[in-house]
Amino acid sequence: MTAGAAVYRLEAVRHQYAGRAVLDIETLDVRQGETLAVIGPSGSGKSTLLRLLQFLERPTSGRLWFEGREVTAEPPLDVRRRVTTVFQRPVVLSRTVRSNLAYGLRVRGVKARPGEIDHLLDGLGLAPLAHAAAPTLSGGEMQRVSFARALAFDPEVLLLDEPTANLDPRNVRLVEGMIRERQAQGVTMVLATHQIFQARRLAHRTALLLDGQVIESAPTAQLLDRPADPRTKAFLSGDMVY
Amino acid sequence: MSQLLSEFRRPELLQIVALTLRVTGVALLLATVVGVPLGAFLGLVRFRGQRLITLTLYTGMGLPPVVVGLFVYVFLSRSGPLGSLGWLFTPTAMILAQTVIAFPLVAGLTMSAVAGVDRAMHQQVFALGASRWQIAWTVLREARVGVTAAIVAAFGGIISEVGAVMLVGGNIEGQTRVLTTAIVLYTRQGDFAMAMALGVTLIAVAFAANVLLLRLQGRLRDQ
Repeated sequence: MTAGAAVYRLEAVRHQYAGRAVLDIETLDVRQGETLAVIGPSGSGKSTLLRLLQFLERPTSGRLWFEGREVTAEPPLDVRRRVTTVFQRPVVLSRTVRSNLAYGLRVRGVKARPGEIDHLLDGLGLAPLAHAAAPTLSGGEMQRVSFARALAFDPEVLLLDEPTANLDPRNVRLVEGMIRERQAQGVTMVLATHQIFQARRLAHRTALLLDGQVIESAPTAQLLDRPADPRTKAFLSGDMVY
Repeated sequence: MSQLLSEFRRPELLQIVALTLRVTGVALLLATVVGVPLGAFLGLVRFRGQRLITLTLYTGMGLPPVVVGLFVYVFLSRSGPLGSLGWLFTPTAMILAQTVIAFPLVAGLTMSAVAGVDRAMHQQVFALGASRWQIAWTVLREARVGVTAAIVAAFGGIISEVGAVMLVGGNIEGQTRVLTTAIVLYTRQGDFAMAMALGVTLIAVAFAANVLLLRLQGRLRDQ
């Protein structure tokens, strides 16, 4: 993959909850068309980073840029609508699966391309559940609905927070297949994951986050096979790093 | 029993039922039109002074109807601030009193229903590209079962209410007599058969209206 221009740029971004620093990033770029995996233990700040990138929260200090436009304060709706997140805990609307998938299109006032919703339903094994009430589904099914719903309106940036956490191996394969399909279309992704093997399978570049700080960021094979920082080595070998 | 059945054929019964439905229906509609948006706003937004408004609404939910009737009476009486409108002892005064009773129920219970929607839902629809208004509408839709329950509770509160409508309506035959005030009158006159017929009719009307509202609630839940 050729590295594109920066979609996101974080400069001296610090974020606190109740006075406790949870994120402290000097610089971080997410480039056009790349998939950046963010790995790290629970509580390292992965989800907080995604929430900042989704504009759900403003950084306590520092600056956030989206395609060269500063979006540290609330970004306009048209910028927001180019980005979406698949959250770790899926939240579905109290309506049918098909209606859930159409939600993002409906709020944009556009119609789905013919067959697009069906393609997503088929591709994620949801076709038999298309008319089921989404809240009655299992956790894994809801996770797939949540993933399909995020893809339905063709976002330019996809933020994935442990997108396969609730899934069995077969469904992990389905979801990762869809991720690869979107990678081929040039969608920019940030994938927060515990699973180092998933980062290896999907990400062009991987960053290790510890205590809210980016310890190391490099092409995935390089970071996983030849880590430069001793803390990365310790994390990858399963040693306690806190 | 046959005497009770014959009471259902009395011509004034239909007129009383029609006025009851008109007064309660219009009051419920007004309370819903104002109460649902206000309740949704209070359930969605955090601001200074919100606790005071919440407390006021919750107090309003427990207000004795006769006290509401008293205040409306004072406002509408000839020497009151709205006396010039000439609404006292008219169905309009009864609608006003019932709206005041129903409004805190609709707004307060809507607020609870909307505030009870998982905050993760707000963030999810935000992340799906919804505007502020679309987020508010989606969350309100998610709370629809609770909102319908708020309207059902308000309906139950006002159709069975007697003190306020008696005070501000005056229970005038053919003009402001509704089911509850008629029951009081006929019981006092010793006409128990008619009072019982009115009581059964009131229960039947309330039952039918609740069937309609619950069917709506069920349909909304299934959507």
